[in-house]
This record gives sequence, structure tokens and C-alpha cells, in this order.
Amino acid sequence: MIANLPFIAVAVVALIGIVVILTRQNLVKMVMGLSLVEAAVNLFLVSLGYRNGGIAPIFTSAPAGEMVMPTVQAMTLTNIVIGIATTALLLSFVMLVYRKYGSADAGVMRRLKE
Amino acid sequence: MIPEIIIRNAPALLIAVPMLAAFITPVIVRAGNGVMKAWALLATAATAAIAAIVAWQVLDFGTIVYTFGAAAPGLAVPLDSGGIPVRIIFTIDAMSAFMGIIATISAFAVCLYAVASEGRQTGQEIFFALLLLLEVGILGMVSTGDLFNFFVFLEINSIAGAALVSYRIRGGLSVEAAMKYGFISTLGGLIVLTAIGLLYGQYGALNMAMVASRMQFTMLDGIALAMLVAALAMKSGAVPMHFWTPDAYGLAPASVTAFLVVASQASLYGVFRIVFTLYGGIVQSLDWTTVGWIVIVLGVLSMFVGVTMAIPQHDVKRLMAYHAVSQTGYMLLGVGVGIALLGTSSFDTYGIVAMEGGIFHIFNHAMYKGLLFLTAGAIIYRTGTSDLNRMGGLGHSMKWTMLFFGIGALAIAGIPPFNGFASKLMIYESVYLFNPLLAVIAMVVSILTLASFVKVFHAMFMGPRLPEFAEVREVPAPMLLGMGLLAVIVVFFGVFPEQVVAGLVEPAARALADQGAYIASVLGGA
Amino acid sequence: MMTKIVRAAAGILFPFVLIFGFYIVAHGHLTPGGGFQGGAVIATGIVLLIAAFGAGEIGRRIGPGALKGSEALGLLLFIGTAAAAFGFGGTFFSNWLANGGAVFGNIVAFGPNPGDLNTGGVIPLMNLAVGIEVLGALSVIVLLMLKGVGEEAE
Repeated sequence: MIANLPFIAVAVVALIGIVVILTRQNLVKMVMGLSLVEAAVNLFLVSLGYRNGGIAPIFTSAPAGEMVMPTVQAMTLTNIVIGIATTALLLSFVMLVYRKYGSADAGVMRRLKE
Repeated sequence: MIPEIIIRNAPALLIAVPMLAAFITPVIVRAGNGVMKAWALLATAATAAIAAIVAWQVLDFGTIVYTFGAAAPGLAVPLDSGGIPVRIIFTIDAMSAFMGIIATISAFAVCLYAVASEGRQTGQEIFFALLLLLEVGILGMVSTGDLFNFFVFLEINSIAGAALVSYRIRGGLSVEAAMKYGFISTLGGLIVLTAIGLLYGQYGALNMAMVASRMQFTMLDGIALAMLVAALAMKSGAVPMHFWTPDAYGLAPASVTAFLVVASQASLYGVFRIVFTLYGGIVQSLDWTTVGWIVIVLGVLSMFVGVTMAIPQHDVKRLMAYHAVSQTGYMLLGVGVGIALLGTSSFDTYGIVAMEGGIFHIFNHAMYKGLLFLTAGAIIYRTGTSDLNRMGGLGHSMKWTMLFFGIGALAIAGIPPFNGFASKLMIYESVYLFNPLLAVIAMVVSILTLASFVKVFHAMFMGPRLPEFAEVREVPAPMLLGMGLLAVIVVFFGVFPEQVVAGLVEPAARALADQGAYIASVLGGA
Repeated sequence: MMTKIVRAAAGILFPFVLIFGFYIVAHGHLTPGGGFQGGAVIATGIVLLIAAFGAGEIGRRIGPGALKGSEALGLLLFIGTAAAAFGFGGTFFSNWLANGGAVFGNIVAFGPNPGDLNTGGVIPLMNLAVGIEVLGALSVIVLLMLKGVGEEAE
């Protein structure tokens, strides 16, 4: 049970993020919800690599014991960078919408019909 | 003739050349706008040449494996690793080479067109840099043999695509569309990453051939398959997740839309690669007819919903965007029939023909849909409006645009001798043998497509010359050249379909269906 | 523009943040860190200056032009180092400096050891390139966003 705790946390954070995206009206908060979902996926990736009793995977500290898997840590780092680029782009879009429409509310984005 | 070093490293040059060009573009603009445009054209032309070299090598010598960071390109499995490919590899089989040709030809035509059509905008170096980065993303997605690398290029696609959609701000409308596109693309990408994490946790490998060879179909693998197919189908605009398509395609600049169509098809390629290559070996535990029927149902829904929602539209680019959704349905239908027949005896008789029809339709759709969007962009460039109710009588002054639009409209409706007829005929024939009702639905959708485009043609080009369009002339030469290139290909593929199918499409379909050869080319036939 | 104490403190702290960031970049092949992480720390230092002195003031002193130039330089150095591998007979991105005895060319000792800065081959160079690129890119993003906030809604 305790070994599954990270995965339960992943599910909880992702659920909170999706609920925020679906229910909040403010565009900035929707972007924050997307950041929460990204954080959940990052946590999922890092906790996939854990091995019981392993140490940090640094080559020049290689002892006789076991290391945790380093591949997932590289994947998580890449995803964090991608998340920064996406968040920066989406926040710029929010700023432009605010500047052109005068409000950062999702209701203002209904100009595009069917 | 061609230096040995270029041929040996051609798969890496396929992404290195546009990436280098994209990084240099914001710097080279200090020498002048014209120099920057010439540089972008040179880069897209060079990439097209490299894609041709790669395709020629693959068709002559079989699947190419290119290992990044190794001492030699073929060393996918390092000698001291115990048979595990550790580096990122590009596995270019005939299907990847086929998609690469589509992407590079489309990029070159769009770049030619955009040289003139974006001439009045500021910040053009950003436009061309983003266009080249989008090309890198597409080429990387179709060439890679590593799951996480696929995700990274998918995200490059999403970010560059979202930024390009909002290139012309237009009082905020395109920013809305770009935000929806960015949100949905990012959510799709995160779902793909979760599925890749699930697969890594199960099998400890990210290499596609490695995961495919170790695959035993557990419940987590089924969840991963469902997530991957759903997210990638969402990114390619299949119903019922197509809601971003009319907004994003309709409000982006026309040149960008013509290229976004190719990006959506790269996601469709991702669906096929996952289903055929990653999960293709477990014929006993996975029910292929079910998976095939799911894809077929998605395809039929897309065809029908796309064309029916297109008919009442009066904005020409939104109408074409709905038709793009509809045509994606044809591709899903063709390959879905192929999936449903995989492993059975009728696969080699008409299942492979259905797959070839679907795959050939990918190429034809990129060409004639790109042509149609570029002609719509030409009309908007000259008249300043995209509303069909306000246009009219343009046939008097824009004769070349009318000709190109006519070619594109006849091709999308499936009229001989254009390329749409060739691929649709293959789909009709084979799908009829599988289930006659599906073929009838496909033909009805074709007729509705023709009706829709006749209406658009009449609204745009026929009728008396309108007073407010009195000074409208033909569009500048680079735009005509870009459209002309796509039109020539549309006509050529329609007149000589046999050679194209035998030379390009059939190797691609066979490579997709043959999972064993894919794994053997990476892991060395073990 | 904040109070005098904040501005003085930011001015004193900025060099230390810069040094720490470059330390993370330079030792990326030995300790946790590397190009992106170090670049982000340096960009945080610049954001500290922006928070203390105001976006307009910093935009005048360290303009977006210099930061964009740093970004372009980092990108070109990165792709140039990767493409230089072609000239040495390897594939794209292959490590043509490792174990060669030249710049960053020492052989890595096996087993636990404090780590030799002179190892790694191409990797420290790419770390440097990515660090320069990221500090330019993130600073430009923050600077332009803050400049845009000041404009009224139309």
C-alpha cells in the first residue's frame, strides 16, 4: 500500500488539475490547471524509476549497491522544459486575449460559433 | 555524384538541415528580408532533396536504421549492452520515407507561397523560423524509432503549430483558436506521455522495436493502447474529437493551414505505427477485428459529420476545414479495413488494397487540400474577405486561381483524371468486398463533397463582376508557383496512379503490415 | 521600482546568483544539473533584477536585443557542436571529444571518485550552449511579458 502512494498522489493531482480546467472561468486558472496535470505526469514518470534502496544515479558515485533508473529522470526533465515552453505560449495568448477583449474570462472566448 | 557522407547521414540531415536553417533565420534577417526568404526557400528545397535521397535509399536497400551518437549509423545495439539498443534511433522504413516526401514537398510549396502572402506582415523571420521548426517536428515524428523521441517531436509540432495559428492577431480571433489548439494539443501530448510511461514501466525500454518484441498484452498495455490511439486521433482531427479543427484551420493564415494538414496526418501516421508495429505481434491476445472496426467506425463518423457540417458553412476556410475532417475519415476507413483483415487470408487479396488506398489517400489529401487552402488564401489576400456571401464574380479577374481551385475541387470529389479518384477507387473496391454498406456511405459522402464544392465554386468565381472587387488582380507570382507545384502533382498522380502505387504506396503498406521485418532491422534479426 | 533596501540587496545578490548558475552549468556532467537547470537559475537572477528595478529600467540596460543574441548564439553553438561530429566520421551528435586527450578529453575513472572536470567530451560544451540559450530565452520571455502587462486593454 505504501509503495503505491506516489501513484495515488499522481491520480489525485491529475484529477484536481482536470477539474480546475473544466470548472474555472478565468483563463489564467485554466492554464494553472494544465500545469497541475503536467506536474502529475512528471511525478508519475519519476516514481516509475524508483528501485527499493537505490541511490541517485550519478556515475562517479557508483557504489556496490543499486541505483534508481536514470532514463525516467531524463524524460521528466525534458517534459518540464516542454511544459515551460507550452505554459509561456499559453500565458502569452491569455495576455493577448486580455488586451484585445478587455477581460480574461473564458466567457469572452465565445466569439467563434459552430 | 552525391557525396558519400551525405548519403550515409541522410536520415540525420533530414532534421538537421531544417533545424539549422530555423536557428539561423532570426540572425540572417539582419542582412535583409529578401535574403531571409531566399534562405528559407533554399532550406526547404534542400530538405526535399534529402527526403528524396532517403526514399531512394530505403526503396533500394530496405529499412534504414540511423543511431544518433554512435560511431557508425548502423550500430543500433552496442556490443557491450547485452542486445539492448540504448541510443535514440531513427528507423526509416518505406512508410516513413513516404510521409517524409509528403511533408517536404508540402513545406516547399507552402514556403514558396508564404514568401508573397506574408509580405505585408511584421516579424516575418519568426514566421519562417516557426515553419521550419514545424517541418522538423513532422519529419522527426515520422522517422523516429523511439517512443519518447516521438513524444518530443509531437510537442514541437504542437507548440510551433499553435504559435503559427496566431501569427496574424486579427483583433484576437486567431488567438482564441490558437489557445484552444494549444490546450488540446498539450493535453493530448500529456496523455501520450502517460501511456509511454506505462509501457516503459512494463518493459523497461523506450525503443519501439524493443517494446514490440517484448510485448505481452496485459491490461496496462490495453489501457496504454487506448490512450495512445485516442490522443493521437484527437490530434489528427478525427470525430468525435475534431472540435478544434474548424477554429484552428479557419483562423490561421492559409499557408499555415495547408501545412497544419500535414501535421495532423503525421499524428495519423502515429496511430498506424502504434497499432501495426508496436502491438502488431500479438495476434492471439488482441482481437484485430474489434480494433479494426473501432477505426472503421471513427472513419465513417468523421466522413459523415465532416461533410454534413461543411454544407451550411459560409466561411470558406471553415468549410474546407470540415472537409479535411471528412477526408481523414477516408484514410481511417481504408486502413481500418486493413487492420480488421490483418492475419486473415483475405488480407493479401483485398485487405492490402484497402490499406494502400488509405495510405495513398494521405498523400493525395495533403496535395489537394493544401492546394485548396492556398487558393482560398489567394482569394482572401486579394479581396480581404473570407465570407462566401460577399464574394462573387472573381472568375473574370483571377483566372489562374480559378483553374487551381477547379483542379483541387475535382480532385477532392474523386473525379478522374485527378488523384482523388485513384485513391478513392481503391478504397471503394476493397471496402465493398469487406462490407458493401461502408462503400455506399463512402460514395454518398463523395457526392455530398462534390455538391459542397460546386456551391463554393459558384459563389466565388461565377456571376457578374462585383463593384467592390473592381481592382482585384491575380495574385503575385510566388503564390502562383506554390499552388502550381501542388496542382501539377495532383494532375500527375491522377494520370499515372499505377506507377505511384507500385513504386511508393505498396512498399509503404507492406512495410507497415510487416512487424517482423521492422524488429529484425533494429535488433539484428534475432 | 522598489525601495532602496530592496534595490541594494538585489544588486548585491545578483553576482552570487550568476556564479551559482554558471557553476551548475559548468559541472553538469558531474553533479546534478546541466544546461537547462543552470540557465534557469541565471534567468531567475535576471528576474530578481527586474523585480527590484522594474521592467522598463532593465529593458533599457540589458535590452531584449542582447538577450536574443545570446539565445541565438547558444542555439548555433549547440547545433554546430552536434554537426561537427560529421567531420570526424561519426553520426550526428556523436561525442567526438570524449577520451581523446584534447579539450575535455580525459578518461573517466571507474568507481566512486570526486569527478574530474576535464572529462565528458562534447557534453560540457553542449551544457554551456544550452545554458546560454536558456538564460537568453527565459529572460526575454519574462521581459516582454512584463512590458506587455503595462499596456491598457483596447
